Amino acid sequence: MQSKFKQGATQITRLGRKGCDAMEALGRAGVFLGQSAVGIPSREGWRLWLRQMHFVGVLSLAIVLVSGLFIGMVLALQGYTILVDFGAEQALGQMVALSLLRELAPVVAALLFAGRAGSALTAEIGLMKATEQLTSMEMIGVDPLRRVVAPRLWAGFVALPILTVGFSVVGIWGGYLVGVEWLGVFEGSYWSNMQASVSFINDVGNGMIKSLVFAVVVTWIAVFQGYDLVPTSEGISRATTRTVVYSSLAVLGLDFVLTAVMFGGL
Amino acid sequence: MKRSKTMEFGVGLFMLAGILGLVFLGLRVSGLSLSAPTDTFRLEANFANIGGLKPRARVTMAGVTVGRVEAIELDTDWYDARVILRLDSDLEGQLSQDTTAAILTAGLLGEQYIGLSVGGAPEMLEDGDTIRDTQSALVLEELIQQFVSNMASS
Repeated sequence: MQSKFKQGATQITRLGRKGCDAMEALGRAGVFLGQSAVGIPSREGWRLWLRQMHFVGVLSLAIVLVSGLFIGMVLALQGYTILVDFGAEQALGQMVALSLLRELAPVVAALLFAGRAGSALTAEIGLMKATEQLTSMEMIGVDPLRRVVAPRLWAGFVALPILTVGFSVVGIWGGYLVGVEWLGVFEGSYWSNMQASVSFINDVGNGMIKSLVFAVVVTWIAVFQGYDLVPTSEGISRATTRTVVYSSLAVLGLDFVLTAVMFGGL
Repeated sequence: MKRSKTMEFGVGLFMLAGILGLVFLGLRVSGLSLSAPTDTFRLEANFANIGGLKPRARVTMAGVTVGRVEAIELDTDWYDARVILRLDSDLEGQLSQDTTAAILTAGLLGEQYIGLSVGGAPEMLEDGDTIRDTQSALVLEELIQQFVSNMASS
Protein backbone atom coordinates (compact mmCIF):
# COMPACT_ATOMS: atom_id res chain seq x y z
CA MET A 1 0.00 0.00 0.00
CA GLN A 2 2.76 2.32 1.04
CA SER A 3 4.87 1.49 -2.00
CA LYS A 4 1.93 1.88 -4.32
CA PHE A 5 1.25 5.32 -2.92
CA LYS A 6 4.89 6.20 -3.39
CA GLN A 7 4.81 4.99 -6.97
CA GLY A 8 1.77 7.15 -7.67
CA ALA A 9 3.50 10.11 -6.15
CA THR A 10 6.55 9.57 -8.38
CA GLN A 11 4.27 9.44 -11.39
CA ILE A 12 2.70 12.75 -10.41
CA THR A 13 6.12 14.27 -9.80
CA ARG A 14 7.27 13.13 -13.22
CA LEU A 15 4.16 14.61 -14.84
CA GLY A 16 4.78 17.88 -13.07
CA ARG A 17 8.41 17.93 -14.15
CA LYS A 18 7.37 17.30 -17.74
CA GLY A 19 4.95 20.19 -17.56
CA CYS A 20 7.64 22.45 -16.12
CA ASP A 21 10.08 21.34 -18.86
CA ALA A 22 7.53 22.08 -21.56
CA MET A 23 6.86 25.54 -20.09
CA GLU A 24 10.59 26.24 -19.87
CA ALA A 25 11.08 25.21 -23.49
CA LEU A 26 8.23 27.47 -24.55
CA GLY A 27 9.72 30.34 -22.59
CA ARG A 28 13.18 29.71 -24.09
CA ALA A 29 11.59 29.63 -27.55
CA GLY A 30 9.84 32.94 -26.94
CA VAL A 31 12.96 34.68 -25.66
CA PHE A 32 14.91 33.15 -28.54
CA LEU A 33 12.46 34.52 -31.12
CA GLY A 34 12.48 37.93 -29.48
CA GLN A 35 16.28 38.11 -29.32
CA SER A 36 16.95 36.93 -32.84
CA ALA A 37 14.14 38.58 -34.81
CA VAL A 38 14.80 42.14 -33.63
CA GLY A 39 17.65 44.41 -34.55
CA ILE A 40 18.48 46.17 -37.78
CA PRO A 41 20.49 43.88 -40.05
CA SER A 42 23.92 45.13 -41.04
CA ARG A 43 25.20 45.02 -44.60
CA GLU A 44 26.73 41.65 -43.85
CA GLY A 45 23.41 40.45 -42.39
CA TRP A 46 21.70 41.43 -45.64
CA ARG A 47 24.04 39.13 -47.60
CA LEU A 48 23.42 36.27 -45.18
CA TRP A 49 19.67 36.81 -45.52
CA LEU A 50 20.01 36.74 -49.29
CA ARG A 51 21.85 33.42 -49.19
CA GLN A 52 19.15 31.93 -46.95
CA MET A 53 16.42 33.30 -49.22
CA HIS A 54 18.08 31.44 -52.05
CA PHE A 55 18.20 28.22 -50.08
CA VAL A 56 14.82 28.43 -48.36
CA GLY A 57 12.82 30.17 -51.08
CA VAL A 58 14.23 29.74 -54.55
CA LEU A 59 15.21 26.11 -54.11
CA SER A 60 11.78 25.26 -52.61
CA LEU A 61 10.07 26.76 -55.62
CA ALA A 62 10.17 23.59 -57.72
CA ILE A 63 8.42 21.29 -55.26
CA VAL A 64 5.85 23.93 -54.29
CA LEU A 65 4.96 24.81 -57.88
CA VAL A 66 4.71 21.19 -59.04
CA SER A 67 2.49 20.33 -56.05
CA GLY A 68 0.37 23.39 -56.73
CA LEU A 69 -0.10 22.41 -60.34
CA PHE A 70 -1.22 18.91 -59.47
CA ILE A 71 -3.49 20.03 -56.63
CA GLY A 72 -5.17 22.56 -58.91
CA MET A 73 -5.65 19.89 -61.57
CA VAL A 74 -7.09 17.38 -59.12
CA LEU A 75 -9.41 20.01 -57.64
CA ALA A 76 -10.76 20.83 -61.08
CA LEU A 77 -11.24 17.16 -61.96
CA GLN A 78 -12.97 16.28 -58.69
CA GLY A 79 -14.98 19.48 -58.66
CA TYR A 80 -16.14 18.93 -62.22
CA THR A 81 -17.48 15.43 -61.56
CA ILE A 82 -19.49 16.78 -58.59
CA LEU A 83 -20.67 20.05 -60.15
CA VAL A 84 -21.72 18.48 -63.45
CA ASP A 85 -24.40 16.51 -61.57
CA PHE A 86 -26.04 19.81 -60.67
CA GLY A 87 -25.45 21.36 -64.07
CA ALA A 88 -23.27 23.93 -62.36
CA GLU A 89 -19.91 23.29 -63.98
CA GLN A 90 -19.59 27.02 -64.68
CA ALA A 91 -18.89 27.40 -60.98
CA LEU A 92 -15.69 25.37 -61.37
CA GLY A 93 -13.40 28.40 -61.45
CA GLN A 94 -14.98 29.77 -58.31
CA MET A 95 -14.55 26.46 -56.50
CA VAL A 96 -10.93 25.98 -57.53
CA ALA A 97 -9.93 29.55 -56.74
CA LEU A 98 -11.67 29.80 -53.39
CA SER A 99 -10.45 26.45 -52.09
CA LEU A 100 -6.90 27.25 -53.16
CA LEU A 101 -6.78 30.82 -51.89
CA ARG A 102 -8.53 30.28 -48.58
CA GLU A 103 -7.31 26.86 -47.57
CA LEU A 104 -5.09 24.70 -49.69
CA ALA A 105 -2.37 27.08 -50.80
CA PRO A 106 -1.43 28.39 -47.33
CA VAL A 107 -1.69 24.99 -45.65
CA VAL A 108 -0.07 22.73 -48.25
CA ALA A 109 2.68 25.22 -49.02
CA ALA A 110 3.43 25.48 -45.28
CA LEU A 111 3.52 21.69 -44.88
CA LEU A 112 5.83 21.31 -47.87
CA PHE A 113 7.94 24.17 -46.57
CA ALA A 114 8.26 22.45 -43.18
CA GLY A 115 9.38 19.26 -44.87
CA ARG A 116 11.65 20.80 -47.46
CA ALA A 117 13.19 23.79 -45.70
CA GLY A 118 12.31 23.47 -42.01
CA SER A 119 13.96 20.10 -41.49
CA ALA A 120 17.08 21.28 -43.32
CA LEU A 121 17.29 24.40 -41.14
CA THR A 122 17.06 22.26 -37.99
CA ALA A 123 19.70 19.82 -39.19
CA GLU A 124 22.07 22.59 -40.28
CA ILE A 125 21.89 24.59 -37.06
CA GLY A 126 21.93 21.38 -35.04
CA LEU A 127 25.14 20.24 -36.69
CA MET A 128 26.65 23.68 -36.09
CA LYS A 129 25.82 23.24 -32.43
CA ALA A 130 27.09 19.65 -32.29
CA THR A 131 30.41 20.60 -33.87
CA GLU A 132 30.63 23.56 -31.47
CA GLN A 133 30.65 26.16 -34.20
CA LEU A 134 28.07 28.21 -32.32
CA THR A 135 30.17 28.19 -29.15
CA SER A 136 33.30 29.22 -31.01
CA MET A 137 31.40 32.05 -32.65
CA GLU A 138 30.42 33.30 -29.24
CA MET A 139 34.05 33.03 -28.18
CA ILE A 140 35.29 35.29 -30.95
CA GLY A 141 32.56 37.76 -30.08
CA VAL A 142 30.05 37.04 -32.84
CA ASP A 143 26.48 36.65 -31.67
CA PRO A 144 25.20 33.38 -33.22
CA LEU A 145 21.63 34.55 -32.82
CA ARG A 146 22.25 37.48 -35.13
CA ARG A 147 24.76 35.77 -37.40
CA VAL A 148 23.15 32.35 -37.84
CA VAL A 149 19.57 32.48 -36.64
CA ALA A 150 18.22 35.89 -37.65
CA PRO A 151 18.88 35.59 -41.42
CA ARG A 152 17.24 32.17 -41.48
CA LEU A 153 14.19 33.37 -39.56
CA TRP A 154 13.67 36.39 -41.79
CA ALA A 155 14.24 34.38 -44.95
CA GLY A 156 11.52 31.99 -43.85
CA PHE A 157 9.12 34.84 -42.97
CA VAL A 158 9.48 36.33 -46.46
CA ALA A 159 9.80 33.15 -48.52
CA LEU A 160 6.70 31.23 -47.47
CA PRO A 161 4.13 33.92 -48.40
CA ILE A 162 5.79 34.23 -51.83
CA LEU A 163 5.71 30.46 -52.25
CA THR A 164 2.03 30.50 -51.28
CA VAL A 165 1.26 33.07 -53.97
CA GLY A 166 3.08 30.89 -56.49
CA PHE A 167 1.15 27.83 -55.33
CA SER A 168 -2.20 29.62 -55.83
CA VAL A 169 -1.33 31.01 -59.24
CA VAL A 170 -0.06 27.69 -60.57
CA GLY A 171 -2.99 25.83 -59.00
CA ILE A 172 -5.55 28.10 -60.64
CA TRP A 173 -3.74 27.68 -63.94
CA GLY A 174 -3.75 23.88 -63.44
CA GLY A 175 -7.49 24.02 -62.78
CA TYR A 176 -7.85 26.01 -66.00
CA LEU A 177 -5.88 23.37 -67.93
CA VAL A 178 -8.06 20.52 -66.72
CA GLY A 179 -11.40 22.31 -66.54
CA VAL A 180 -11.28 24.41 -69.70
CA GLU A 181 -8.77 22.74 -71.99
CA TRP A 182 -9.59 19.15 -71.19
CA LEU A 183 -13.15 18.93 -69.81
CA GLY A 184 -14.55 21.75 -71.90
CA VAL A 185 -15.91 24.20 -69.35
CA PHE A 186 -16.54 27.53 -71.10
CA GLU A 187 -13.46 29.69 -70.59
CA GLY A 188 -15.39 32.91 -70.01
CA SER A 189 -17.47 31.43 -67.21
CA TYR A 190 -14.36 29.90 -65.57
CA TRP A 191 -12.81 33.35 -65.14
CA SER A 192 -15.92 35.48 -64.68
CA ASN A 193 -17.45 33.27 -62.00
CA MET A 194 -14.10 33.37 -60.24
CA GLN A 195 -13.90 37.14 -60.46
CA ALA A 196 -17.47 37.58 -59.27
CA SER A 197 -16.94 35.52 -56.14
CA VAL A 198 -13.31 36.06 -55.09
CA SER A 199 -12.76 39.17 -53.02
CA PHE A 200 -9.22 40.49 -52.90
CA ILE A 201 -9.36 41.59 -49.25
CA ASN A 202 -11.36 38.69 -47.84
CA ASP A 203 -9.95 35.78 -49.81
CA VAL A 204 -6.51 36.71 -51.12
CA GLY A 205 -5.76 38.93 -48.14
CA ASN A 206 -6.84 36.44 -45.50
CA GLY A 207 -4.93 33.68 -47.29
CA MET A 208 -1.82 35.85 -47.15
CA ILE A 209 -2.33 36.53 -43.43
CA LYS A 210 -2.65 32.80 -42.88
CA SER A 211 0.53 32.05 -44.76
CA LEU A 212 2.41 34.78 -42.90
CA VAL A 213 1.34 33.23 -39.58
CA PHE A 214 2.39 29.79 -40.81
CA ALA A 215 5.73 31.19 -42.00
CA VAL A 216 6.49 32.61 -38.55
CA VAL A 217 5.42 29.41 -36.77
CA VAL A 218 7.19 26.93 -39.07
CA THR A 219 10.46 28.84 -39.28
CA TRP A 220 10.43 29.54 -35.57
CA ILE A 221 9.91 25.88 -34.70
CA ALA A 222 12.58 24.73 -37.18
CA VAL A 223 15.26 27.15 -36.07
CA PHE A 224 14.53 26.77 -32.38
CA GLN A 225 14.59 22.97 -32.55
CA GLY A 226 18.01 23.20 -34.19
CA TYR A 227 19.30 25.69 -31.63
CA ASP A 228 17.94 23.86 -28.61
CA LEU A 229 18.72 20.22 -29.42
CA VAL A 230 20.93 17.76 -27.57
CA PRO A 231 24.20 18.02 -29.53
CA THR A 232 24.58 14.39 -30.57
CA SER A 233 23.80 12.64 -33.83
CA GLU A 234 20.72 11.10 -32.24
CA GLY A 235 19.67 14.48 -30.92
CA ILE A 236 19.88 15.97 -34.42
CA SER A 237 17.75 13.25 -35.95
CA ARG A 238 15.16 13.59 -33.19
CA ALA A 239 15.06 17.35 -33.50
CA THR A 240 14.59 17.11 -37.28
CA THR A 241 11.67 14.74 -36.79
CA ARG A 242 10.21 17.00 -34.12
CA THR A 243 10.43 19.99 -36.45
CA VAL A 244 8.32 18.30 -39.11
CA VAL A 245 5.82 16.85 -36.62
CA TYR A 246 5.40 20.01 -34.54
CA SER A 247 5.18 22.34 -37.52
CA SER A 248 2.63 20.15 -39.30
CA LEU A 249 0.46 19.97 -36.19
CA ALA A 250 0.86 23.67 -35.49
CA VAL A 251 -0.05 24.57 -39.08
CA LEU A 252 -3.15 22.38 -39.15
CA GLY A 253 -4.31 23.44 -35.68
CA LEU A 254 -3.72 27.13 -36.30
CA ASP A 255 -5.43 26.81 -39.66
CA PHE A 256 -8.62 25.77 -37.95
CA VAL A 257 -8.44 28.66 -35.50
CA LEU A 258 -7.66 31.21 -38.21
CA THR A 259 -10.40 29.88 -40.47
CA ALA A 260 -12.91 30.06 -37.63
CA VAL A 261 -11.93 33.68 -36.97
CA MET A 262 -11.75 34.77 -40.63
CA PHE A 263 -14.55 32.86 -42.32
CA GLY A 264 -16.64 31.61 -39.39
CA GLY A 265 -18.93 34.63 -39.60
CA LEU A 266 -19.64 34.28 -43.33
CA MET B 1 31.78 36.29 -56.39
CA LYS B 2 30.25 35.19 -59.68
CA ARG B 3 28.20 32.58 -57.89
CA SER B 4 26.94 35.09 -55.37
CA LYS B 5 25.79 37.38 -58.20
CA THR B 6 23.69 34.67 -59.82
CA MET B 7 22.26 33.84 -56.41
CA GLU B 8 21.25 37.45 -55.86
CA PHE B 9 19.70 37.48 -59.30
CA GLY B 10 17.75 34.32 -58.48
CA VAL B 11 16.43 35.76 -55.22
CA GLY B 12 15.45 38.98 -56.97
CA LEU B 13 13.63 37.02 -59.64
CA PHE B 14 11.89 34.98 -56.94
CA MET B 15 10.59 38.05 -55.15
CA LEU B 16 9.55 39.68 -58.40
CA ALA B 17 7.64 36.51 -59.29
CA GLY B 18 5.89 36.73 -55.92
CA ILE B 19 4.78 40.32 -56.58
CA LEU B 20 3.65 39.47 -60.11
CA GLY B 21 1.73 36.49 -58.74
CA LEU B 22 -0.05 38.76 -56.27
CA VAL B 23 -0.93 41.14 -59.10
CA PHE B 24 -2.32 38.20 -61.08
CA LEU B 25 -4.40 37.13 -58.08
CA GLY B 26 -5.69 40.69 -57.75
CA LEU B 27 -6.50 41.46 -61.37
CA ARG B 28 -7.37 38.15 -62.96
CA VAL B 29 -8.70 36.10 -60.05
CA SER B 30 -10.49 38.64 -57.87
CA GLY B 31 -11.39 40.96 -60.73
CA LEU B 32 -10.02 44.20 -59.34
CA SER B 33 -9.67 46.84 -62.00
CA LEU B 34 -7.01 49.52 -62.18
CA SER B 35 -9.46 52.24 -63.14
CA ALA B 36 -10.58 54.54 -60.36
CA PRO B 37 -13.73 53.23 -58.67
CA THR B 38 -15.28 56.70 -58.42
CA ASP B 39 -17.05 56.83 -61.80
CA THR B 40 -20.24 55.18 -60.60
CA PHE B 41 -23.60 56.36 -59.32
CA ARG B 42 -26.02 54.92 -56.84
CA LEU B 43 -29.59 53.71 -57.19
CA GLU B 44 -31.87 52.00 -54.73
CA ALA B 45 -34.55 49.43 -55.31
CA ASN B 46 -36.94 47.76 -52.89
CA PHE B 47 -37.81 44.12 -53.41
CA ALA B 48 -40.43 42.06 -51.60
CA ASN B 49 -38.08 39.09 -51.65
CA ILE B 50 -34.48 38.98 -52.83
CA GLY B 51 -34.14 35.19 -52.74
CA GLY B 52 -30.41 34.38 -52.79
CA LEU B 53 -29.09 37.73 -54.04
CA LYS B 54 -25.74 38.64 -52.50
CA PRO B 55 -23.67 41.83 -52.28
CA ARG B 56 -21.28 42.13 -55.27
CA ALA B 57 -23.80 40.39 -57.52
CA ARG B 58 -23.93 41.66 -61.11
CA VAL B 59 -26.40 44.22 -62.38
CA THR B 60 -27.06 43.70 -66.06
CA MET B 61 -28.92 45.37 -68.85
CA ALA B 62 -29.71 43.28 -71.91
CA GLY B 63 -27.17 40.82 -70.53
CA VAL B 64 -24.34 43.36 -70.35
CA THR B 65 -22.89 43.95 -66.90
CA VAL B 66 -23.41 47.61 -65.99
CA GLY B 67 -22.80 47.57 -62.26
CA ARG B 68 -22.83 45.67 -58.99
CA VAL B 69 -24.98 45.29 -55.90
CA GLU B 70 -23.30 47.33 -53.20
CA ALA B 71 -25.37 46.46 -50.14
CA ILE B 72 -28.57 44.77 -49.10
CA GLU B 73 -30.47 45.79 -45.99
CA LEU B 74 -33.87 45.31 -44.43
CA ASP B 75 -36.14 48.33 -44.83
CA THR B 76 -38.01 48.50 -41.53
CA ASP B 77 -40.63 50.95 -42.87
CA TRP B 78 -42.03 48.46 -45.33
CA TYR B 79 -40.39 45.23 -44.15
CA ASP B 80 -38.91 44.52 -47.52
CA ALA B 81 -35.34 44.40 -48.79
CA ARG B 82 -33.62 47.60 -49.87
CA VAL B 83 -30.90 46.85 -52.42
CA ILE B 84 -28.32 49.52 -53.16
CA LEU B 85 -26.87 49.39 -56.67
CA ARG B 86 -23.70 50.95 -58.06
CA LEU B 87 -23.97 51.58 -61.78
CA ASP B 88 -21.49 52.92 -64.33
CA SER B 89 -21.70 56.68 -64.54
CA ASP B 90 -22.26 56.44 -68.32
CA LEU B 91 -25.83 55.48 -67.47
CA GLU B 92 -26.47 58.41 -65.14
CA GLY B 93 -29.42 60.35 -66.53
CA GLN B 94 -29.96 57.73 -69.21
CA LEU B 95 -32.40 55.45 -67.37
CA SER B 96 -36.05 56.50 -67.34
CA GLN B 97 -38.07 56.77 -64.12
CA ASP B 98 -40.07 53.66 -64.95
CA THR B 99 -37.05 51.38 -65.39
CA THR B 100 -37.80 47.93 -63.98
CA ALA B 101 -35.39 45.86 -61.90
CA ALA B 102 -35.88 42.10 -61.71
CA ILE B 103 -33.92 39.48 -59.79
CA LEU B 104 -32.96 36.75 -62.25
CA THR B 105 -31.06 33.49 -61.96
CA ALA B 106 -28.21 32.37 -64.19
CA GLY B 107 -29.05 28.81 -65.12
CA LEU B 108 -31.08 26.52 -62.89
CA LEU B 109 -28.88 26.72 -59.81
CA GLY B 110 -26.56 29.57 -60.76
CA GLU B 111 -25.92 32.86 -59.04
CA GLN B 112 -28.67 35.47 -58.87
CA TYR B 113 -28.28 38.86 -60.47
CA ILE B 114 -30.34 41.94 -61.22
CA GLY B 115 -31.61 42.64 -64.70
CA LEU B 116 -32.66 46.20 -65.59
CA SER B 117 -34.92 47.06 -68.47
CA VAL B 118 -35.70 50.60 -69.54
CA GLY B 119 -39.18 52.07 -69.71
CA GLY B 120 -40.44 55.01 -71.73
CA ALA B 121 -40.99 57.83 -69.24
CA PRO B 122 -39.40 61.18 -70.08
CA GLU B 123 -37.99 61.78 -66.56
CA MET B 124 -34.63 60.15 -65.87
CA LEU B 125 -33.23 58.48 -62.72
CA GLU B 126 -30.48 60.47 -61.01
CA ASP B 127 -27.90 59.56 -58.38
CA GLY B 128 -29.63 58.32 -55.20
CA ASP B 129 -33.05 57.76 -56.77
CA THR B 130 -35.16 54.68 -56.13
CA ILE B 131 -36.38 52.28 -58.79
CA ARG B 132 -40.11 51.89 -58.17
CA ASP B 133 -40.94 49.01 -60.46
CA THR B 134 -39.31 45.84 -59.17
CA GLN B 135 -39.83 42.15 -59.58
CA SER B 136 -38.84 39.78 -56.78
CA ALA B 137 -36.78 36.66 -57.06
CA LEU B 138 -38.52 33.44 -57.99
CA VAL B 139 -38.59 31.26 -54.92
CA LEU B 140 -38.84 27.62 -55.87
CA GLU B 141 -40.93 26.63 -52.82
CA GLU B 142 -43.57 29.26 -53.60
CA LEU B 143 -43.78 28.11 -57.21
CA ILE B 144 -44.24 24.51 -56.13
CA GLN B 145 -46.86 25.52 -53.57
CA GLN B 146 -48.78 27.45 -56.22
CA PHE B 147 -48.56 24.52 -58.60
CA VAL B 148 -49.75 22.03 -55.99
CA SER B 149 -52.71 24.18 -54.89
CA ASN B 150 -53.68 24.72 -58.53
CA MET B 151 -53.59 20.96 -59.09
CA ALA B 152 -55.71 20.40 -55.97
CA SER B 153 -58.40 22.92 -56.96
CA SER B 154 -58.76 21.77 -60.56
